[in-house]
Amino acid sequence: MAPQLKDELDIVIPTIRNLDFLEMWRPFFLPYHLIIVQDGDPSKTIKVPEGFDYELYNRNDINRILGPRASCISFKDSACRCFGYMVSKKKYIYTIDDDCFVAKDPSGKDIDALAQHIKNLLCPSTPLFFNTLYDPFADGADFVRGYPFSLREGVPTAVSHGLWLNIPDYDAPTQLVKPRERNSRYVDAVMTIPKGTLFPMCGMNLAFDRDLIGPAMYFGLMGDGQPIGRYDDMWAGWCIKVICDHLGLGVKTGLPYIWHSKASNPFVNLKKEYNGIFWQEDIIPFFQAVTLPKDCDTVQKCYVALSQQVKDKLGKVDPYFTKLADAMVTWIDAWDTLNPGSKATANGIAKGK
Amino acid sequence: MSLEIQDSEFDIVIAALQPNLTTFFEAWRPFFSRFHIIVVKDPDLDEELQIPTGFDVKVYTKSDMGVLGDTSINFSGHSCRYFGYLVSRKKYVISIDDNCLPAKDNGGLIVDAVSQHMSNLKTPATPFFFNTLYDPFRKGADFVRGYPFSLREGVECMLSCGLWLHNADYDPMTHVVKRNQRNTTYVDAVMTVPLGAMMPVSGINVAFNREVLGPVMFPGLRLRKDGKHRWDTLEDIWNGLCAKVVCDRLGYGVKTGLPYVIRSDVEAGQALESLKEWEGVKVMDDVLPFFQSVKLSTTATTVEDCVKELASIVKEKLGPQNAIFARAADAMEEWTKLWESHGAQSS
Repeated sequence: MAPQLKDELDIVIPTIRNLDFLEMWRPFFLPYHLIIVQDGDPSKTIKVPEGFDYELYNRNDINRILGPRASCISFKDSACRCFGYMVSKKKYIYTIDDDCFVAKDPSGKDIDALAQHIKNLLCPSTPLFFNTLYDPFADGADFVRGYPFSLREGVPTAVSHGLWLNIPDYDAPTQLVKPRERNSRYVDAVMTIPKGTLFPMCGMNLAFDRDLIGPAMYFGLMGDGQPIGRYDDMWAGWCIKVICDHLGLGVKTGLPYIWHSKASNPFVNLKKEYNGIFWQEDIIPFFQAVTLPKDCDTVQKCYVALSQQVKDKLGKVDPYFTKLADAMVTWIDAWDTLNPGSKATANGIAKGK
Repeated sequence: MSLEIQDSEFDIVIAALQPNLTTFFEAWRPFFSRFHIIVVKDPDLDEELQIPTGFDVKVYTKSDMGVLGDTSINFSGHSCRYFGYLVSRKKYVISIDDNCLPAKDNGGLIVDAVSQHMSNLKTPATPFFFNTLYDPFRKGADFVRGYPFSLREGVECMLSCGLWLHNADYDPMTHVVKRNQRNTTYVDAVMTVPLGAMMPVSGINVAFNREVLGPVMFPGLRLRKDGKHRWDTLEDIWNGLCAKVVCDRLGYGVKTGLPYVIRSDVEAGQALESLKEWEGVKVMDDVLPFFQSVKLSTTATTVEDCVKELASIVKEKLGPQNAIFARAADAMEEWTKLWESHGAQSS
């Protein structure tokens, strides 16, 4: 069977080291186009394993392509990966970290994470009522008794959030307290995150429909020169969920699993996360209370409206958020410049390409 | 972090819709034998119940229900178990349908559904933010990066909803269309149902804090052709929606997932007969939007207050649409009276 969506999906990989991990993914990734976003020193050469079809962007490329708007793309943080989302010309994106490998399912079989993400994206979501048997479209499952028939068509899926075996995605304090904990529990389910519920979105193993939600997948200002790190994917996750809820799109979490091999240094992480740990106490209530105007019927309109609210409400918490709100607008500007004529509408159908 | 719960604080309530419970009790013996068990016989069942010895069992029948006097609550069929909730004197109740047996987990080990429910009720629920590794209090798991620290204490879990392997809890339409489908996927997770999210609670395999939630655990909604098969009913679905609204209002948690039981498919082929007059096709389309938008006042600070308020809103908003909703509102009000006079005490 031909690899699904091979001409419609790009794999975006941020890296500062090397791409050796791609060797293990070769059987699954080879048919797809890769977008490598090289963080850090642009004079370093990142070797891409033989045979892959890719384009690679380093900091010089980002500056050249975006000009002054390059200020919205983080440096020395994997948040820079969102540049890859912007330059992609495909409908779907799969992003994965360079320390994530192929995991095995309980039967010992290698997990084709990309195929599962594609399945998740191509099947509807069900955010309006929680199905107790999880994904009703999975083989062997269905909607349970009591599930309204009018809701069984579901809504389009914008995001597929995968999980990790081995090193779990813990924050620095938890890593320090539980340095030996490993996630060995394979939970055989995909589920839709209910409308109105926020979640911590991890960018290690993530796929999304660029046409439906791409402009909201900005990973924020992190890393060099910024007071915060390791909250890039979190920020994007809160933004996309609020917008998906507003536009009637679905977000799934669960399968597929990848094998996360590297635990980053918890002391370094603590320094990066420090502000985030305190700020999230204000950020979460902010996102929980956000309402977007009814006339925001495109992702871009939603995102710009959101940035205004970030400036008004979170700007009081720290000046960083004022900068971030401006960067959100710069991002949309840059996105629209690089992707002219592409605006996703409220019912999830992209107008033009 | 977790509560201390003793075995003596639990009652197991079993609704007997079939007379011969020998296989059922023998299979559950390792897990039931240390508990007090209430068996409530369906008032429409004529035959004598067969229950093996060696259990601490009290059987309630139609004549025992007479103690309630003249009541509008219909305890026939699956609704008979609610009588058990009323007469129990324990803090917690676990209830499993009489056609369900212990399941095996992915490792081939028999699941102690009772212990799992106890564990779900003992450990906090986390309704304010979704944890992507599911229950953070399970061994080998925790809150993930990005989970606010102020939300990590969680709230007390009042309702634990388990699942079913083999014969899943489907509506009759799905049973007919997918007559050969069996649920074989054991999803090794417990999770909290988020604040504001609604879900269909199946009464087949549940446990709850009776002391707190008792007033909202009622048989309210009866379809005109309520029958003996689970797919002929929506009483538990209605019950669960009411319970969720109340839990959300009062800051209590609801969990779903483990434990699994294995449910027999003895009746599965009979779904076609139920389709002819199955009112349930349209009912949920009216019911769900109501529950999603209902707002209980801040002055409702107890479960009883919430139920009374909810009953009057149901009467006002849903009652005019369909007589079954008006009757459900009446049943809810009746239940709060019954709970006050017969149910409230715990020992």
